[in-house]
Amino acid sequence: MAIERHTVTALVDNEAGVLARVVGLFSGRGYNIESLTVAEVDPKARTSRITIVTSGTPEVIEQIEAQLRRVVPVHAVTNWTFASDGIEREMALVKVTRPALKAAKATAEKFGARALDESGVFELTDAPAKISSFIEAMRDLGLSDVSRTGVAAISRDSE
Amino acid sequence: MDTDTKLAERTTAHETVSLTGAQMVVRALKDQGVTHIFGYPGGAVLPIYDALFADNGIVHVLVRHEQGATHAAEGYARSTGKPGVVLVTSGPGATNAVTGLTDALMDSIPLVVLTGQVATHLIGTDAFQEADTVGITRACTKHNWLVKDVNELSRTLHEAFQIATQGRPGPVVVDIPKDVQFKTGDYFTPEQIRHRTFRPKTEPDQAAIARAVELMSEAKRPVLYTGGGIINAGPKASLALRELASLTGFPVTSTLMGLGAFPASSPQWLGMLGMHGTYEANNAMHDCDLMVCLGARFDDRVTGRIDAFSPGSKKIHLDIDASQINKVVRVDLPIVADAGRAISEMVKLWKAKGVKAQSIKDWWATIDSWRAKKCLAYQPSQSLIKPQYAIDRLYALTRGRDVYITTEVGQHQMWAAQRFKFEEPNRWMTSGGLGTMGYGLPAAVGVQMAHPGALVIDIAGEASVQMTMQEMSTAVQYDLPIKIFILNNQYMGMVRQWQELLHGGRYSHSYSEALPDFAKLADAFGCLGLFADKPRDLDDKIRQMIESPKPVLFDCRVDPAENCFPMIPSGAAHNDMILSGLSDAEVSDEGKMLV
Repeated sequence: MAIERHTVTALVDNEAGVLARVVGLFSGRGYNIESLTVAEVDPKARTSRITIVTSGTPEVIEQIEAQLRRVVPVHAVTNWTFASDGIEREMALVKVTRPALKAAKATAEKFGARALDESGVFELTDAPAKISSFIEAMRDLGLSDVSRTGVAAISRDSE
Repeated sequence: MDTDTKLAERTTAHETVSLTGAQMVVRALKDQGVTHIFGYPGGAVLPIYDALFADNGIVHVLVRHEQGATHAAEGYARSTGKPGVVLVTSGPGATNAVTGLTDALMDSIPLVVLTGQVATHLIGTDAFQEADTVGITRACTKHNWLVKDVNELSRTLHEAFQIATQGRPGPVVVDIPKDVQFKTGDYFTPEQIRHRTFRPKTEPDQAAIARAVELMSEAKRPVLYTGGGIINAGPKASLALRELASLTGFPVTSTLMGLGAFPASSPQWLGMLGMHGTYEANNAMHDCDLMVCLGARFDDRVTGRIDAFSPGSKKIHLDIDASQINKVVRVDLPIVADAGRAISEMVKLWKAKGVKAQSIKDWWATIDSWRAKKCLAYQPSQSLIKPQYAIDRLYALTRGRDVYITTEVGQHQMWAAQRFKFEEPNRWMTSGGLGTMGYGLPAAVGVQMAHPGALVIDIAGEASVQMTMQEMSTAVQYDLPIKIFILNNQYMGMVRQWQELLHGGRYSHSYSEALPDFAKLADAFGCLGLFADKPRDLDDKIRQMIESPKPVLFDCRVDPAENCFPMIPSGAAHNDMILSGLSDAEVSDEGKMLV
């Protein structure tokens, strides 16, 4: 069975231990987490959105969604991978070595990345695959460090 | 948003009374209809024990170990359909409850476990008897809470009961720091509380019910594969199942957890299925053209080898927990609903449409040919008590009585499941999913507490029963005349059996060279001890056990070499059953990896 990569989000009550419940579910049942993003999205309703990029067979992905829905403080679970109106973005901070700075600026421009200052740190927000290509391009020039936020996903649907 | 506004939003009325946290616990239990709790005091729950002292509305059963409290609460819950309630202290009190919590999670038993915690300002300082209880129990509860604000306590307690009992039942933990127990705050009643998100789906989708009835009307080789979900759905669900079976004429088998939902005396009953299930039940599962799974979860003990599991059948799966659908076996028609509600709807539609089932005479003829194998037969003995004989005699001599059976885990459990015939739900308490040795004795305490006049028997093994033996003292303290019927073969019998069959007869550490004299132990506890090692003495001794008004430890010495058959060896398919005796060579290397 083919392994597929999926982006799954859970809208949860922002209560103590909710992240541990979700992460514990993944580790306890042997599911992968490739990236994880979490932040409060509605301070009034005290809800947070957890976005997880995971991989597995279609059966495993189906189980992940079903298991997430069982977690008591989870309001809703969405799989964005096959949602036609889903949009995924990630932000990365990419640092290059000093000798690579000049060449890096030219490459960054092509990718639409922004130099934060003269320190050699670039910022790029894009689809995860584009971020990976950008990092690979910078690696060839002289990469010194990378920090990625993990994926955030939302629907284009205005409703 | 401050706490007060939040509380106001989440409650429907604003009339409250002011109570201490400890008083709220007692009040909430009473408002939830709790009459019995199983517990053990300690430093971090003393305020709650003080509140219990001042109130005589709740019977508190003092156990001898917190694991015993959880199993007693499980027995209480499973035999009554009500949630079992446990009260233990922080640290070791909570960690000792972990096995029972996990057991209840695996078998879907509603438990509300209240644990004391060190004062909020001490949390995280490695204080005396501090443990991260919500961290430790997160993986073995349906949900858990640490309550740091006394104004949140009553709401949390009511939500705890709601979550434990609604949807797929399970255990919950409410961890209450000692200072919260002392503080005074507002008490809300259950009617004032509504959970933000928790809304389990219980009503079936009518289109799915219609499709299920259609599939059943077309089936030529159907089987009803029933499970613990029917027991959990309440006695009405068992009645609905009986009606469905009688309308359709379909054969019925059950998992270990579902025994009693369908009467064993019915001609449509095939016996239990699975690893130690009957030849007819497993072959019916393998050869059927329609499998109707009602409140069961395709456990590995049931399915055997997955890629050879019932290859030619369409499968309907009814479960209240959506995550069970397609978890292990892909099914053709899922129905997510309460088992009782869904089966009742099937019955209603079947009648309304005046459905006529296909003739399944040929199917019954095939099933009868499997039954003719008499797969539960054993070699009788004049000199040794065969464990099967002991259970048959226990069954025969307890007819006409109000009997509840609990078990420990191992061969004796499987023999009991195979041979003791249950006619009603809630009469059979056993540790199925987790397989917890030591479950049966404390479970019997809980069952007897709930059913004072009943005959409560723990069919036990001598190894299992020693794990929670201390609860005999609880039974004596509360005059609970539980009968501990120990099939003593001096081995961890199932371990011994696997070592014989899979490990070349190397009996590594499965023989107990030293065992207590159970009859003397009974004396020491203040209960009745009985001993039998000859088949001819057995009936008299069983009668003595039944007649005794006291708790009884019955040391029944059985043939130590007896194996439990039939058996689907690990990694084999349903139609690869071994009826009696097998060799190492019959189990694949892959099979040996499985437990």
